[in-house]
Amino acid sequence: MATVQDIEIHDSAARTAAAAEELQDVQGERMVLNMGPSHPATHGVLRIVLELDGEVITKADPDVGYLHRGDEKIAENMTYTQFIPYTDRLDYLAPLASNVAYALAVEKLLGIHEKLPPRCQYIRVMCCELARISAHLLGLGAFGMDAGAITIFLLTFTEREKIYNLAEAASGARLTTSYTRIGGLMRDIPPNWCAQVKQFCDEFEVALAEVETLLTRNRIWVDRLRDVGVVSKEMAIDYGLSGPNLRGSGVDWDLRKHQPYLCYQDMEFDIPIGSVGDSYDRYMVRQEEMRQSVRILRQCLQKIPGGWGNEAKEPVNIADGKITLPSKQKVLSSMEELIHQFMLVTEGVNCPPGEIYFGHENPKGELGFYINSKGGGTPYRLKIRSPSFVNLSILSEVLPGCMVSDVPVVLGSLDFVMGECDR
Amino acid sequence: MTALESANQIKARFGDLVSEPAEFRSEITLKIADAEKIFDICSFAKGIGFDYLVDITSIDNYGEDPRWTVLYHLRAIGNGTEFRIKIDVSEEKSEIPSVLPIWRTANWHEREIYDMMGIRFRGHPDLRRILMWEGYPHHPLRKDFPLAGKPTELPGVAFTRVTPMEGGPFVTLPSSGDSIEREPRVRVPEQAEPGISDKRLK
Repeated sequence: MATVQDIEIHDSAARTAAAAEELQDVQGERMVLNMGPSHPATHGVLRIVLELDGEVITKADPDVGYLHRGDEKIAENMTYTQFIPYTDRLDYLAPLASNVAYALAVEKLLGIHEKLPPRCQYIRVMCCELARISAHLLGLGAFGMDAGAITIFLLTFTEREKIYNLAEAASGARLTTSYTRIGGLMRDIPPNWCAQVKQFCDEFEVALAEVETLLTRNRIWVDRLRDVGVVSKEMAIDYGLSGPNLRGSGVDWDLRKHQPYLCYQDMEFDIPIGSVGDSYDRYMVRQEEMRQSVRILRQCLQKIPGGWGNEAKEPVNIADGKITLPSKQKVLSSMEELIHQFMLVTEGVNCPPGEIYFGHENPKGELGFYINSKGGGTPYRLKIRSPSFVNLSILSEVLPGCMVSDVPVVLGSLDFVMGECDR
Repeated sequence: MTALESANQIKARFGDLVSEPAEFRSEITLKIADAEKIFDICSFAKGIGFDYLVDITSIDNYGEDPRWTVLYHLRAIGNGTEFRIKIDVSEEKSEIPSVLPIWRTANWHEREIYDMMGIRFRGHPDLRRILMWEGYPHHPLRKDFPLAGKPTELPGVAFTRVTPMEGGPFVTLPSSGDSIEREPRVRVPEQAEPGISDKRLK
């Protein structure tokens, strides 16, 4: 007969208060510890200056900018299409999603974001969801490794490899995909791509279940994550957190649901939200998000216009010579297409004067592009609202009170990428 | 409540200070006449539900007066409406009140604008550079800061003083020439000072 044992778990506020009380009379000499910029747990080049009292952090000052390349300045000096490769290098764990975000922003400026061909919308959604899985897998693998669970890294990287293969099949590149174009895609997906995605979904669900059995109820994992780095609902909104970090704190906000773009309103999926806002909630939200992404992928595979092989020859690009490049055959045989090609390559897509902001639900959170155009093929000002930058600003609030050994856990659960943070 | 209704509510409260809501691609933009009032308007906006500050951006209108435009992108998480507030700041002043007491996310956004454009935020407790390093003398997102290697008609004011890392791979040299000539990577070996690489050539 199975024995039932009760575990006493008070509510999170009481637990946190009790922990703070325990530490209250322990006040000693302060020590300053420099963590990073080159540190395995800071996932790139984040530097945090920690002030310690024994092993307890009393003050944390994150220092970013080590990967600053001036992407916003670069964007002002080139055409809209030329900037697409730079978006690969924002969130380099999910380049496909950044490509889609940027293309949609420029399309919004042009006023064509709702007129994209349906096949293009479905392919873009599939790219976004594959990118989401890929980014969460890396985040989870590195997070597990920082907390001592090295097996996870090997499991998640096996799955990520398959996504890289899919990206390569679609765009020709594994990392620097640059798959989208203004008004469409670089090219249609190859005929056997959908079958490969289906196979990936089947295999991935098994692998994810294995990761779950290794972590979710693992005593060490739960003890290290629970009540560490608690972000309350109000604090998350106040600090402008976005993505899984905002939802982990219990805020029901997902741009795919609340401001639907592409074909997300035709998709059935749930938004997981946390209850406490600690590292464990953020971990659970990401786990569930990956499962929901697979659900979206399966629906896309079912509904994709033109079918898997596109025998119906559904277009993937907007049929407007002033926005997308004409086919090479036509360029070489027709005067009008030749002129369009020449103008698009030399001057860029002619955007109307105006300003737009487009926020995209990227794996790390809301990746927003603000574009100010004075007309012509070059943005006057392009601002990238990067989720990692905003998410990291909460560190100086969350880290004080944690132990030094909690820093990798908090960083891993916030899941940032410095290429995007520093731009 | 739609974004337009909220914008009109702000207009009704502050009167002539706020322009008529402008709409482009179904986004609402409000222009504020007096930059000093930005704090009051933002606190009022937060009071009517705009609890989420998405972003703060600045634009350099080089050659125009006032030179700077600062934009605040607000959102109400409750009902998903959003709108934008726009203020102009003159170059002589280059200072506006900080909205940090209203939304703490403004902290890093304001530091970034100070770093990139040189606009100061009055009342910000920790206005340091964030992406560039402490002591860097320029504000790189200004329009008169040319991109290395790109021909420009703008005067070379950005590099009148010696820049850190001068002669490095991405830093132009100070001179009266245009930025193509100042680009270290395009110098022909004859003009270059004899260095290790030249000796190796011989």
